[in-house]
Amino acid sequence: MSDPNGDETPGGSGRRARGELESDVLAALWAADRPLTAGQVRERLRGDLAYTTVLTILSRLYDKGVLLRHREGRGYAYTPASDEASHTAQRMRTLLDSGSDREAVLTRFVSELSEQDEELLHHLLSEHDPSDGDGP
Amino acid sequence: MLISVYIPFAVTAVLTALAPRMARRLAPRPAAWALACAALVTAGGWTGSLALLAFTGVAQIPQVAAEGHWSVAALRDDDPVYLGVAAASALVLAAGLICLGIAALSQTRHVIRARRECTRLPGDTELAVLDDDTPLAFALPGSPGRIVVSRGMLKCLGDGERHALLTHERAHLRGKHHVFKTIWRLTSAVNPLLRPLAHTGAFVLERWADEEAAAQTGDRVMVARAVGRAALASAGAPRPAALAATGGEVPQRVRALLGPPPARRRLPFAAGALLLILCCISLVNAASDSDELVDDAQWHHAQHTTVPRIRG
Repeated sequence: MSDPNGDETPGGSGRRARGELESDVLAALWAADRPLTAGQVRERLRGDLAYTTVLTILSRLYDKGVLLRHREGRGYAYTPASDEASHTAQRMRTLLDSGSDREAVLTRFVSELSEQDEELLHHLLSEHDPSDGDGP
Repeated sequence: MLISVYIPFAVTAVLTALAPRMARRLAPRPAAWALACAALVTAGGWTGSLALLAFTGVAQIPQVAAEGHWSVAALRDDDPVYLGVAAASALVLAAGLICLGIAALSQTRHVIRARRECTRLPGDTELAVLDDDTPLAFALPGSPGRIVVSRGMLKCLGDGERHALLTHERAHLRGKHHVFKTIWRLTSAVNPLLRPLAHTGAFVLERWADEEAAAQTGDRVMVARAVGRAALASAGAPRPAALAATGGEVPQRVRALLGPPPARRRLPFAAGALLLILCCISLVNAASDSDELVDDAQWHHAQHTTVPRIRG
């Protein structure tokens, strides 16, 4: 899994594999409301990735057909491609909703909250996050 | 046989009562392994003990005794197990095995379905994004597994939090957490007493992935915020009412992440291991006693019936 493009993260976790970086880039593009250039993608990733690394990942994702791009200035701006994704979303939702024992295989990021949970959570988060902003 | 055959039941009872409470406070990774071992060993001990008890009943059926060439009278004299206990054990054992079969079938179906969906997901990237505003994120096991996240979920998280989410789901896939879940599901099908253990296990796996994400990103508060925000965003989305029962776990996870990493403790694991060893030893002991009993009854049988046959 050694990758010449892998970069050290500030958390000291060592090299990030190529696939993981692809996921981070893809997630950043989906979270954005508009097309992003390589520089803008780089700003949204954690850790000090080299500009060329981001560029390499973007063009690889573009080659895979996961991204669309158009010229912007000297380079390209990228958007995620979502062709048949609406179908997929529906299938995934039925997968999650099928039967009470689906949780025996799938691990969801968060389970459901009760009203007390919600209050408690707001409280816990506000204690540690007074500005409610994401540090870069 | 008199006592040792019941010890696996006692160990199961003690572990179901104590292990879930303990496991939530321990370092999640060893705790998950410990819970998986506990589930496997106690389910084995439980089944073995039930089988031995049931056997002592079945062995007293005259046709069975004739087939096995042992004396029913000798067995009955030596055997301290009541027929009622033996019959009940046979019933519980049969019910457990039927439930195991059903659970195994359903689990296999689910795993196969998850794998199929995994290959049908568009693209070959680790992350598959759903074009959907409902916040949703889960790990889909397969070879290789995929991380499935909806656009709605990605939009509600900050830059670092997205990374934390991905790291968390990746930990589920790398740690093969669905195998742990399968173990707990099947063992609690055999023995419903193990259900609290399975329930705690699911929580411990989430904690494991949380701690892994915290270690990899080096920022516990960031992971806590990712979990908290994702949960709050999901709470606004429509959801099936039946799921509301699992509440209370997200705040526990967030609180654990906001505190220091769990300390490594040896004593609870050592105590648990001792209990499991005790469970195995007593089962082996009971089995060898039972074997001796049968030998004895066969000897009696031979004394009374087969002497002329040998000579003639």
